[in-house]
Amino acid sequence: MTESSSEVLATSAAAWDYAPAPESRDVVTIRPRYELWIDGEWSAPQSGEYFPTVDPSSEEELAVVASAGAADVGRAVAAARAAFERGWATDHAGRAHYLYRIARILQTRAREFAVLESLDGGKPIRESRDVDVPLAAAHFFYYAGWADKLEYAFPHGTRVPHGVAAQIIPWNFPLLMLAWKIAPALAAGNTVVLKPAETTPLTALLFCDVAREAGLPNGVVNIITGGGDTGAELVRHPGIDKVAFTGSTEVGREIARSVAGSGTHLTLELGGKAANIVFDDAALDQAVEGIINGIYFNQGHVCCAGSRLLVQESIQEPLIAKLTERMRRLRVGDPLDKNTDVGAINSRAQLERITSYVRYGIEDGAEIFQPDCVLPSHGYFHAPTMFTGVTQSHRIAREEIFGPVLAVLSFRTAEEAVAMANNTRYGLSAGVWTEKGSRALAVAQALRAGVIWINTFNKFDPASPFGGYRESGFGREGGRQGLEPYLHLT
Amino acid sequence: MTSLPGTPGPGTQLTPRDARPAPPATPAPPATPARPATPALTETPSARAIPAAYRHLAGRSVDPVGIEQRAAALASRSVKTVAKDHALRTAISLLDLTTLEGSDTPGKVRIVSARARRPDPGDPSVPSVAAVCVYPSLVGEVAAALCGSPVKVASVATGFPSGQIPLAEKVREVEHAVAAGADEIDMVLNRGALLAGRYSEVVEEVQRVKAACDGRHLKVILETGELGGYEMIRRASLLAIAGGADFIKTSTGKLPRAATPPVVLCMLEVVRDVYGETGQMIGVKAAGGVRSAKQAIALLVLVVETLGPSWLTPDLFRIGASSLLNDLLMQVHRRESGVYQSPDGFPVD
Repeated sequence: MTESSSEVLATSAAAWDYAPAPESRDVVTIRPRYELWIDGEWSAPQSGEYFPTVDPSSEEELAVVASAGAADVGRAVAAARAAFERGWATDHAGRAHYLYRIARILQTRAREFAVLESLDGGKPIRESRDVDVPLAAAHFFYYAGWADKLEYAFPHGTRVPHGVAAQIIPWNFPLLMLAWKIAPALAAGNTVVLKPAETTPLTALLFCDVAREAGLPNGVVNIITGGGDTGAELVRHPGIDKVAFTGSTEVGREIARSVAGSGTHLTLELGGKAANIVFDDAALDQAVEGIINGIYFNQGHVCCAGSRLLVQESIQEPLIAKLTERMRRLRVGDPLDKNTDVGAINSRAQLERITSYVRYGIEDGAEIFQPDCVLPSHGYFHAPTMFTGVTQSHRIAREEIFGPVLAVLSFRTAEEAVAMANNTRYGLSAGVWTEKGSRALAVAQALRAGVIWINTFNKFDPASPFGGYRESGFGREGGRQGLEPYLHLT
Repeated sequence: MTSLPGTPGPGTQLTPRDARPAPPATPAPPATPARPATPALTETPSARAIPAAYRHLAGRSVDPVGIEQRAAALASRSVKTVAKDHALRTAISLLDLTTLEGSDTPGKVRIVSARARRPDPGDPSVPSVAAVCVYPSLVGEVAAALCGSPVKVASVATGFPSGQIPLAEKVREVEHAVAAGADEIDMVLNRGALLAGRYSEVVEEVQRVKAACDGRHLKVILETGELGGYEMIRRASLLAIAGGADFIKTSTGKLPRAATPPVVLCMLEVVRDVYGETGQMIGVKAAGGVRSAKQAIALLVLVVETLGPSWLTPDLFRIGASSLLNDLLMQVHRRESGVYQSPDGFPVD
């Protein structure tokens, strides 16, 4: 190489870090204080308590949010009950009409929602812009279509909505999980009280504006904010007919205990420890993309994340080499930069949890790889991490980390891969990578998981039901099946 | 553990790579006759002409859905301000300024050559392009016009664009171009032989042309739009490299579907695999349909994120285009002055 071309090389390497390309924050207006959204209006909490919500990429406080107490939960449930009794369940065409309106407004205000989602939750703007918000709108569109066609979804017998649904959603996909909960509940004729996660309430609160803009009747959607205590009050409230929860298996168990014997209908979407199985005939470069997307999408804060990579022994070496190279190209940093691939960890508590699992991985003797990336000095960030030489007995292979940490295990035969994949308490999702159709189908059938992706990963569609086996929960969200938990079928 | 329904036993499905039959030491038998279906690369006797390292890489599959998604994801990279400045200038320095019309004249190629040396006469900081690419009959004219400049003289050859002439004529055409002063030869791959599964014929032809190049840079045009899919593009890339290509090039520019991002990505991935396996650094030339600065920058992003920025030198990446230069210059000017100049401010030839 000539001297001048090596100069070019040195300067171009720096220039190809791209220049900062931040998405403007100006599209969002964050109020200093948020109240509870009950019966179509903002109302201060009777408890008088508020808690802060922070931008995890800067640890800067964005706003304070009301903490709903027992009395507030009671008011929200009463409002939902009154709305249900005002004929919401029988106005089929009306429900379709409101759901369509909500979907259209979400599309119109997409940028605002995307920026707010990234600010409050730390996820890269590329994901909130290209995945979260469009999928949330798609969900409302999809269920708008079912609202006046329920007798086609369930043609035999009768189908009656439960009444008031209590919905508790997690912090990893705040707006999308709201859509997954609210759209089918409303389509089926229920009214709802929804509690967003403590660390990510802002897009749910912005959704109240959408509900108002859509002209949704008062009390059909009530949004109350708060921590675990608020959630516990909500699921225990005697006026609740149905509870839908997405979150950790621990909390899911508590909820199941608290509603047991009360007649309250329950669906749970809980944790996962998905196996992503790569056979030796897979399209390697595309499998690498799928693995990266499977575990580093949304910083690994995904219940269906492909956190265990099972790779056939004969291709382990080239695949790990490719993965290592690919991880070096991941751009970790400002969630609002359009070129960021991996954003901020959602909270300090979650960052600590991830760090301790990484320590367990090292202590258990697995080999760690992290690319040489410079993490921002403020905020909660964690480098993408891969452990090789992991065995089934390692904690990082058994427990859900909910962070950007991949555990790599190897296998020799399809039977062994299936046995390893199924050897978990969970059963939410799995991935199979092979060019051989017969093997893909046979392995998919043998895997005990609710969602199985073949030659792709983390693909979502409102028409496709999603949900788990075993400790990943029960009930399905999405598709015609997603209506079922919100209806009493006879 | 119960056996999986419908799954063949481990013995049949899990043959390790190195358990495949070793290639015979004897030279390849004559090419097999044309067949309607494309046989697997490892199964044809003709494939034995290909060195084992490449043959094993060519056997890897490509998932079209996955590769198109990856290309689309990279297209969303945002290249702004100083990064855009750098990208525009880099794109100019990697340009093979091309004119391949039946109506080309000595006068026209002299003008193109002058533009290649100094793309923007008003701004000496704009780099010269990498090469001027013409038909063999005009190579002498271009060589004279570029004399003393760093810009290379490239010539298409071997019966461009179809390649439907006898091998002896192809070799003669290359010798003519070299004698007239070409630094680089852009040959067309024998797609007929490739699609019929006569792989050794494809490789041997590249080898013959490489020999006729007498040390000049050889770019092999795959004409990806005629190959029918990414796996064939991958295979064609490896056959060209096995035959001695310094560069693999997407297209002739004479077909509507040409240097699309997933096609370029597919070829970059082959180059990455070859580098990983053998340490050889092969160049890629994207040509055909690249008209806007935005498209050009998207191609540079593909290279950076697949092979790294060190691949962005004229030795390893080129963009073949004619009208692209004006759009790049217009964008450079826009970055400097803040306003777009009228297209009439740039010459159209």
